[in-house]
Amino acid sequence: MTEVTRTNVTITVDGHSVEAQPGEMLIEVAERAGSYIPRFCYHPRMEPVGVCRMCLVEVDGPRGATLQPACYLKVADGMNVTTDSDKVKKAQDGVLEFLLANHPLDCPVCDKGGECPLQDQTLAHGSGETRFVEEKRHFVKPVAIGELVLLDRERCIQCSRCTRFASEVAGDAQIAFAGRGDMIEVASSPTQPFDSIFSGNTVQICPVGALTAKPYRFSARPWDLEQAESTCTMCAVGCRVAVQSSGNRLTRVLGVDSEPVNHGWLCDKGRFTLDSIDANPESRDLLSAATRITEPMVRVRGELTPVSWGVALSEAARLLHEAGDADAIGAIGGASLTNEGAFAWERFLRGAIGTENIDAQFGDGLDPVLLQSLPLATIDDAANAPVVLTLTGDLREELPVLFLRLRESFAHRHHTLIEIASAPSALRSLAAHVLGVRPGDTPLIAEALVGGPLPVGTLVHDAQLAEVRQLLGDGSGVVIVAGRANLAEDQRLVDRAVATLAQGLPQAKFLVALRRSNVRGALDMGLAPRLRPGRGFDAAVSGRESHAQLVAMSEGTQRTTIVLGGCVLGNVVDVQLATQGLAAANVISVTGHGGATLAFADVVLPASVQHERTGTVTNLEGRVTAVVSKISAPGSAWSDVAIAAELALQWGQDLGLGSVELAAQAIEESTGYAALSVLQDQAFDGVVMGLNVTPVARHAMDPMAFPGIRSTKTAGLGDSTGTTTLLDATSTAVTSSATFADVIIDTVEVPPADAYALRLVLARRLYDRGVAMQGSPDVAALIAQTTLTINPSDLDRLGLASGARVMVRAVGGDFEIGVLADERVLRGTCVAPLGTLADGVNVVSKMVDPSSSVTQLRLETR
Amino acid sequence: MATLDAPRIVSSRRDLADSFTLNRYLETGGYSALRKALSMFPESVASEVDKASLLGRGGAGFPAGRKWSMLRRAPISYLVVNGDESEPATFKDHYLVERDPHQLVEGVIIAAYALQVTQAFIFLRGEFALGLERVQQALNEAYAHGALGSKIFGSEFSLDIVVHPGAGAYICGEETSLLEALEGKRGFPRIKPPFFPAVTGLYGEPTVVNNVETMSNLPWIINNGGEAFAALGVGRSTGTRLFALAGDVKRPGVFELEMVKNTFRDIIFDPALGGGLAEGRTLKAFIPGGVSAPWFGPDQLDTPLGQDEVGALGSMLGSGSIVVMDDASCVVRATWRITKFFSRESCGQCTPCREGSGWIERIMYRLEHGGGRMEDLDLLLDLCDNIAPGLSWPPQQTTICVLGPSIPSSVHSALSMFRDDFVAHVNHGGCPHD
Amino acid sequence: MSHFHADIRQRAEELVALYPRQRSAMLPLLHLAQEQDGYLSDEGIAEVATLTGTTPAEVRGTASFYDMFHLEPVGKYVVGVCTNIACLLAGGEELLEHASSTLGCAVGATSEDGLFTLEETECLADCNVAPCVQVNHRYVRTTTPETFDTMVQDLREGRLDHDVPSHGTLIRVKRQGGLRVAKSDIAAERAEALAARTARAEAAAAQQESK
Ligand SMILES: Cc1cc2nc3c(=O)[nH]c(=O)nc-3n(C[C@H](O)[C@H](O)[C@H](O)COP(=O)(O)O)c2cc1C
Ligand code: SF4
Ligand code: FES
Repeated sequence: MTEVTRTNVTITVDGHSVEAQPGEMLIEVAERAGSYIPRFCYHPRMEPVGVCRMCLVEVDGPRGATLQPACYLKVADGMNVTTDSDKVKKAQDGVLEFLLANHPLDCPVCDKGGECPLQDQTLAHGSGETRFVEEKRHFVKPVAIGELVLLDRERCIQCSRCTRFASEVAGDAQIAFAGRGDMIEVASSPTQPFDSIFSGNTVQICPVGALTAKPYRFSARPWDLEQAESTCTMCAVGCRVAVQSSGNRLTRVLGVDSEPVNHGWLCDKGRFTLDSIDANPESRDLLSAATRITEPMVRVRGELTPVSWGVALSEAARLLHEAGDADAIGAIGGASLTNEGAFAWERFLRGAIGTENIDAQFGDGLDPVLLQSLPLATIDDAANAPVVLTLTGDLREELPVLFLRLRESFAHRHHTLIEIASAPSALRSLAAHVLGVRPGDTPLIAEALVGGPLPVGTLVHDAQLAEVRQLLGDGSGVVIVAGRANLAEDQRLVDRAVATLAQGLPQAKFLVALRRSNVRGALDMGLAPRLRPGRGFDAAVSGRESHAQLVAMSEGTQRTTIVLGGCVLGNVVDVQLATQGLAAANVISVTGHGGATLAFADVVLPASVQHERTGTVTNLEGRVTAVVSKISAPGSAWSDVAIAAELALQWGQDLGLGSVELAAQAIEESTGYAALSVLQDQAFDGVVMGLNVTPVARHAMDPMAFPGIRSTKTAGLGDSTGTTTLLDATSTAVTSSATFADVIIDTVEVPPADAYALRLVLARRLYDRGVAMQGSPDVAALIAQTTLTINPSDLDRLGLASGARVMVRAVGGDFEIGVLADERVLRGTCVAPLGTLADGVNVVSKMVDPSSSVTQLRLETR
Repeated sequence: MATLDAPRIVSSRRDLADSFTLNRYLETGGYSALRKALSMFPESVASEVDKASLLGRGGAGFPAGRKWSMLRRAPISYLVVNGDESEPATFKDHYLVERDPHQLVEGVIIAAYALQVTQAFIFLRGEFALGLERVQQALNEAYAHGALGSKIFGSEFSLDIVVHPGAGAYICGEETSLLEALEGKRGFPRIKPPFFPAVTGLYGEPTVVNNVETMSNLPWIINNGGEAFAALGVGRSTGTRLFALAGDVKRPGVFELEMVKNTFRDIIFDPALGGGLAEGRTLKAFIPGGVSAPWFGPDQLDTPLGQDEVGALGSMLGSGSIVVMDDASCVVRATWRITKFFSRESCGQCTPCREGSGWIERIMYRLEHGGGRMEDLDLLLDLCDNIAPGLSWPPQQTTICVLGPSIPSSVHSALSMFRDDFVAHVNHGGCPHD
Repeated sequence: MSHFHADIRQRAEELVALYPRQRSAMLPLLHLAQEQDGYLSDEGIAEVATLTGTTPAEVRGTASFYDMFHLEPVGKYVVGVCTNIACLLAGGEELLEHASSTLGCAVGATSEDGLFTLEETECLADCNVAPCVQVNHRYVRTTTPETFDTMVQDLREGRLDHDVPSHGTLIRVKRQGGLRVAKSDIAAERAEALAARTARAEAAAAQQESK
């Protein structure tokens, strides 16, 4: 990209002169000059609309000073602005009085009371006495405009923040203004509720108490709240959040405006699944994800029985010793650990035990060595790239806020999106080119893009291919978002496609769409065969990735397995193999939540979960940020670092990692990975490892833009002076030494197409039956049923209508399921969501053919 | 005495029962101006309109020629005709679309040719069902006649015109709001800048928006030359204009008068025009240019019907509608009804207009229907001032469009001219006329 | 499955094709949906959303901005009486009251027999025949209580069916002819014409000079 150099302009605000860039809005510039202009509709992350008129200030012009909205006025050189004259005061007081005319003064019972911009403005400027003696407009009390959001229309001040967010930012215009004049109201359609996965953002930015969240409503009064800034670990985007608690109970999570990451936005899963953290501490149903694990347990006569930590640890050590040999030990999982936890476990597993059978992924990601050897891009790089190529699942479902960041650049900045698509995606309508690719063909399309022949049978035509090749060039200015669109397609096919693109487009950069919370950090800490902490690499060794471990477990060669976090059975595609493996081996489960895997656990070690632990995590772009313990973990759960360190002692080795700080220090000292610096320096937007990214100073937080977030220096949200301390970014080198030459990808056979079958695309859904969702009843109600989505022409061929039920003949047995038509689904394929149920049954586990690189399903009418 | 010797420019067919048919239109010289225009350079057509000094007839009175010259050069551009006519007591465009649709269509084609736009839309008020049908019929006939469509009259020029019905919202007369409605949205006026649709209009492309009457003048101007048009009237106010006279007069109606040559007294009292008030009644006040305009009293009767002449006295000629109120009518009631109109029609976008209009209406309602308080009078003025600081005309505009600042016009006028009537209402506990 | 009847659906598709962008057809399509159902049903709204590439919330929100669209069922005849300034001065308020008692329904409500919905309207731009009345958006030009009652009787007995179509029917004249060319083609044609004109003008100027 070319750098545009623009000369600055100088304007005068209340006598102070201030420099600005041409095109900046007066409201922002004035704030820098020390004059805060009141506002309601303006939001720094959305286009200005100038509707509330609260920000009127006097601007000198050819016809004398006139009142103009500061939020909609671009600064121009020499502009002279007055924000505190009598005329300005009268105008602003007038607007405030108008806003209050129809506003019920029910602050004492309002959720927003105590943190309400309207209330604050009124206290600061209002006259205290109302001249409005008429009857106020009256609406029936709150209406549920969606499953999670309630609207109290009387309180609405028509600022349009919510409707603009829905259409402009999220692209989900399921709410809109209805009516006219002073009867204008925000409304959803009775036939289509506001069920956007981003709905909570509207609640967060509503400047009054009009929009409230069902999960939070009336749960706490703002003044009881304590707050800390942290990172959401619900997925790998790593949104910055303000975590609030009342006593030792989490009450709310709000999005923090982090420039390089989330711009203040969150998805509803990250925002509204707090219930899963303090879910059912008393529940004894260990197989339910909605149960917290609060005490150590060992299996006694077939039953998991609570024991002391000492007993549990020595039993775990015994099972490890019993395996006999380091190669008979392995570990699966680890993406939910902090970097410090991951490092401690790596030191224990590889350093103390000496096993190389370690894998933080469940066969649902990409080859770790390939990942570490790709030229990387940041989220900003992707959002600013003129051309983006996606080879990934539906980002809206997998990495929601990354979707928002990218959507903005295609919807509003007209950057070019090329989508390699095997299933419908939310970005599809913004794509310049959609290259349809059926399961199994992924490597072929990649080869075609870098100059190979256009394989027969693909859904791309020559002219389109030529155009796309032209756009991609040698990859300059191109960011490739690479992930897994289809979990029923052999990972190696995708690995090969990614490697092909990387080699054929040498200038392109990659943003790896890994999905699960701290998976990137776990890999950076060496939780995969051949990797070493600090993105290190050892070519001389080999170990078993998770699938191979499950095979070895079922064959009896891997006798003891540590499961770190995540439920294995809920994550692997080959459930049958996993069941056999877990049944055959000794299993030590380190977890904060129950789950099906515990049926096979011999020892259970309870761990703290997000918002209960301190440390660092690394998001998908390699950004290291801090997570903070806001509340203490229930029962006798320990941090992952402590568990690893104590188990190592039992095993007979002192890792020297007695605390999170020591672990962070060890990471940084031994590898240069910025764990300790981030933990100590409060570099709130973190440090990107391996890329020379200069951290940007945080702006002072505007409470009008993010009501509810406490602006405190220690919480890192920016204080009145505007910036927070920033970590020196020079130490972001990593020791990675993996190169493409080290990548080994086995060739896989793709079976010939079966004309009578549809190839299955198994896609992820945001609302799945994972731990967070199941533990949060309000959100769990939104988990959809499993259905098969099929192209209408295939449906016609089967003689079926959308909504009908079909019989599926699958390797795991026959079952019935509903089908839906969607013309965006490629012909000859069908799409099913992972992690959902059909009539209470996980049919997906039956569907996938683990013996083949692609799954072909035959559907029959009942 | 009124001066009535000027040619009828837009209402020449007013006495013909079948004035809206193609046959009658052709017999009375229809589409000859278009043939002439097509033989000229587009720039020359525009220059005739510029010479004519044709002021826009929609309300703002901006010279059409100037507006056209601002049209940004772009591959795609549009012409949109504003036929939303909803300003209370304005009914001249209604007359034109029902009675002379071909004249409008011919004007639109001429303008489209002069501007070289790629498509034209005629936005008509939804309530004009008959007008919509007549204009659609005229378009159908024009297509069949070769006056519209591909290669018009064998020239190189092709054009499509689409009739777009509104659906009942006064604000859609405001040109940017109209464009929103034409884009299929709620009729929220667009915030300025960008100030001119001619630079950024429909779908962000350059767009000229002109009123129905403005367009209807074009055939005559092309046939007779811009100078002939400019020879009528005085100063900037050239040609003739349709005035809609309503209220307490004997003969309400639409009259075409040469600009400036007649006064308000002429149009209200001349037997050939308004015919004066009912027997025994005297004039109390009149609104000179639509209910958005500040009021005039008997003292201003001799003001000429010209844009600058009315402007100089702090009001406007606006939409060309004149509402007459005699001494039997209640100005408080009239004011209340006007504020009710604005309150119902405020789009609801910006706070002062949305909330202020409703508040003022409710105070006015109380004054008229009982419950008025003496302090309401100053409160009214202060609220008006909070909508349009300074309460002058043309207003200091602190809202997105001019609807907001129009609300105070009648309240401020009535209160300054007839404060005693308000006081009487407060004292009487309601309307003394009831 | 289309909720629109085949002929309405066809007209709807023709309308969408008239505009450079599909959403522009919103208001005409809503009129059409209302022509079929008499008001805007959820099904009609959903179909308009699909045809315009918007969401039901956007269609509803847009429709509710405009007075002519009804989101609830209305009577066979929607009677509008203007009470704005010119009509007010001519007795519009009194006529509205009279209408309410003749029709037996409050302003904004529908008569029990489902025949009439009464509305108070803003200025209908017919002020020389004040007070102004519309029925199903046709001007009926009745101004006194007596003529109003006669008109109501005529409506009840179907004598005005020719002049007053069913509620929602707006434009009965079908578009004929017309030009449907891509805007880019027209743009190209315009550019060509401009080039030709410039060339002609230059040639003329050159000739002038040489003279
Ligand atoms: C609230 C408001 C209502 C308006 N209503 C109309 C109208 O009904 N018809 C009209 O032609 N212009 C109306 N205008 C003026 C238009 O914005 C615009 O100036 C006009 O259509 C331009 O056409 P002209 O230059 O030919 O007059 C209105 C303006 C405002 C602010
Ligand atoms: S609900 Fe809140 S955010 Fe939405 S328009 Fe009303 S005040 Fe603004
Ligand atoms: S108008 Fe500027 S903040 Fe609302």
